[in-house]
Amino acid sequence: MPSNRPITPSSLSIKDQPWQIHWDKDKCTLCGSCTAVCPVNAINLDVFRKRKVETSLGLNSSSSSVFKVYHGIRQKTDSAYACVGCAMCTQVCPNDAIMPYKSDEAGKLIFHVNRGGQPRRRGGRRNVAGGLLDQIKFIRISMLTDPALDAGRHEFELRTLLGRVLPPEEGIAHFKEKGWIPPVREIYPLLIGSMSFGALSPPMWEGLQMGVAYLNEELNMPVRICTGEGGCPPRLLRSRFLQYVILQIASGYFGWDEIIHAIPDMKVDPCAIEIKYGQGAKPGDGGLLMWYKVNKLIAAIRGVPAGVSLPSPPTHQTQYSIEESVAKMIQSMSMAWGFRVPVYPKISGTSTALAVLNNLTRNPYAAGLAIDGEDGGTGAAYDVSMNSMGHPIASNLRDCYLDLAAQGKQNEIPLFAGGGIGKTGNLAANAAALIMLGASGVQVGKYIMQAAAGCLGSETDRCNICNIGLCPKGITSQDPRLYRRLNADEVAQRVVDVYLSFDTELKKIVAPLGRSTSLPIGMSDALGINHRDVAERLKIQYVV
Amino acid sequence: MCRLFAMTGDTPISPMVALNALDVMREGHDGSGVGLFLRDLGGPFDDMKNAPILSGIFTKNGIKRLDTFMMNLGFMTKYKISFKLPKNSPQGVPHRDVYLVRAYEYPEEWEGRNFEELGKELMNIRLQLREMGQAEKDMIVFSFWPDVIMIKEIGDPLTVGKYLNLGREDLTARVIMAQGRQNTNYAINLYACHPFFLQGISTMTNGENTAFVPIKEFLKSRDFPGYTGFQSDSEVFTHILHYALKGLGLSIEAYKHIITPLYGTDLETHPDAQLLKQLKQSCRKMIIDGPNCVIGSLPDHSLFMVQDRKKLRPGVVGGHPGQYAFASEICGLDAVIPDRDKSKDFQPMHLDTAIVGPDRQEINICRQTDPLPPLH
Repeated sequence: MPSNRPITPSSLSIKDQPWQIHWDKDKCTLCGSCTAVCPVNAINLDVFRKRKVETSLGLNSSSSSVFKVYHGIRQKTDSAYACVGCAMCTQVCPNDAIMPYKSDEAGKLIFHVNRGGQPRRRGGRRNVAGGLLDQIKFIRISMLTDPALDAGRHEFELRTLLGRVLPPEEGIAHFKEKGWIPPVREIYPLLIGSMSFGALSPPMWEGLQMGVAYLNEELNMPVRICTGEGGCPPRLLRSRFLQYVILQIASGYFGWDEIIHAIPDMKVDPCAIEIKYGQGAKPGDGGLLMWYKVNKLIAAIRGVPAGVSLPSPPTHQTQYSIEESVAKMIQSMSMAWGFRVPVYPKISGTSTALAVLNNLTRNPYAAGLAIDGEDGGTGAAYDVSMNSMGHPIASNLRDCYLDLAAQGKQNEIPLFAGGGIGKTGNLAANAAALIMLGASGVQVGKYIMQAAAGCLGSETDRCNICNIGLCPKGITSQDPRLYRRLNADEVAQRVVDVYLSFDTELKKIVAPLGRSTSLPIGMSDALGINHRDVAERLKIQYVV
Repeated sequence: MCRLFAMTGDTPISPMVALNALDVMREGHDGSGVGLFLRDLGGPFDDMKNAPILSGIFTKNGIKRLDTFMMNLGFMTKYKISFKLPKNSPQGVPHRDVYLVRAYEYPEEWEGRNFEELGKELMNIRLQLREMGQAEKDMIVFSFWPDVIMIKEIGDPLTVGKYLNLGREDLTARVIMAQGRQNTNYAINLYACHPFFLQGISTMTNGENTAFVPIKEFLKSRDFPGYTGFQSDSEVFTHILHYALKGLGLSIEAYKHIITPLYGTDLETHPDAQLLKQLKQSCRKMIIDGPNCVIGSLPDHSLFMVQDRKKLRPGVVGGHPGQYAFASEICGLDAVIPDRDKSKDFQPMHLDTAIVGPDRQEINICRQTDPLPPLH
């Protein structure tokens, strides 16, 4: 660096970058694939200087060194172009000549990504490796007192219920008197959580929908998918596939003009309506679709102008109290479909979840409660919301279940848990643990993005640029040049793969526990953990 | 595993018959305990069908406390069976002061009460005694109900029977249930021994209910004092049956729909599909799991047997009009009713409830796919 080169407070060296590009001159053919594919232009073709010693062969001339140039790949150090570690360069390089490495120390970039006073926003995940769910073990193994079941050969009834379940006495009374019985859906306990059309690219959305339809219609697995807050394509609203879809309404009401107008044309009712009050990744903040992704199609479906950022308000603007927020909205949505569709709220994990739950237990139209823990992912959020806000799912869910059990209302208001399930790949084990802690089912988003579409995110702040529409895999991009990398049919196939393997693994967990006749909701005697405080908090066994 | 034997006949028989049948099936139990349930009693009890009978085990101090307690309530002893025990108890059988089977006269001020009110009071007294006994460790109370005797003890069934001289003439019954215990999961606690009893309903089980904890949590939250104990995962079978019959007003045919509901095409095409779906959803908290063969006795003197959803435990019903037996194994049945038409033996499968009604004329098979009797 020349001595007169200006140094600003935000001048960083490559060493200060969280991701450092290692490039091998000997392998590189200068084909340019890496620089072309880099979503954030972190690398460019540049000129380097090299010194070469020229050995004299003659007696009278002396050896000398000369300076020459060569061309190669240089990493930018400007924070606006910082490498995000996605490693698409590695993926496209024909000679494996380039790869980003995580810095061996904490990056300095974090202190400088607020240029213009705008704090960092990103998509993805919380970037905290590991989690409590992975530490929970299933300790009640049937062998001799009751024979173990055969996960491969025995029949298993592992469906769950979404909807307000009447207590037995009331259920029979309503049946006899032909009274109103709240709608209840029998569904698969692993739901694809809310990821909006807009947050996801067209092939990703289409692939998920196709996979779900295949699971339902060909494999008899009643899998459900939630739309997220972004409306629903008009043709899907008017197709039979709508029955596999949970429509989400959130504080921006995006897409609901289209949905309401489609009601008279609907061939089937949607599975359910999810009212989003909160999200695990950014509790207390509304949805966010940044302008990069609001193209003509998205704008049309959402009923907004193109090219503007769409931040949903943190709360539903028409409401000012929990009573109104929950009761009025649930009732309005129920009424829209003639009380034939379950309507339930989704909240972010919070220490006030019990207050919400207790309010719901008094509302006969409330069909459930979805709680999204701090490990939930998102397409776009402020860094600080993702990193620091929220409540872990395990104790939040457990408190809610035990509260319902104390009231004798467990499973009458089914609890659905989300946030970090399968974040290290242990999808079935995490899901089963939450179910045995009291969840009627679990919602997953990130796992599906990774397993079905190859999302590059990991818990190391890798990639995480879903928010600006530059997803190098085309999963969360609205740019056809990017999303054509993703094939909807292949996504669908992966969705089916994921569900079939999950189903086998879930059976491999419940079979040794001697459970097959019903989903083991609240079977806490099967759970153990080698941490006394956690065991006590979750009321499970302490095992060492 | 445990072994079960139950019998219903027009003529009262001795409980030793049932214990002999358990002995024949002894390969299936380890002789760690025995439980007996006698109903529709013969002998001296035949003439006092309405008198509540208290069954239990007491220390000397416990008996004193019992007498004071019952006297204060106004109960007078009407009849009792005195067990004269040999000085030394056999190996594996603990020494007890008093095995109690005592029939009472209701207090005078209870006259005119209907049976439902009486039933509630009797249950409350039993629970109160149980609590008192647990506090001082001087009483164990099994049942307090008219026309019902229960005896439970640790040890080999036949040995215990001989030790207590259960072959005596004044102890006979037309309905008998007996369980030979394989003690596996729990420390031997007589409250964890089958059969279990609640307000005229009794069941015993061979198996293990792996859905015990969620079911227990549900029953506990019913706010019904009789749903208590839970020393055994099988106790909830009695509670669920009680809840179905008395709480929900359902019939025995619906019991299996609660503990192991139908699903798939069987449910969709069932004539009562709507009701059954409603039951399945509302009663999901009572779905049992694991291998279980349940035998139970109802207040109308019916006996029944149901199996778990996969039929993982053995169970057979056979006999002839006037006398039927339910056993874990055919050898148990052979030991007691050898002269029956064996071709008519029935082994209930995963959808069946086998019921021998109070008339003891036939085995009624109720398949879950059959229509249910109308709700009333």
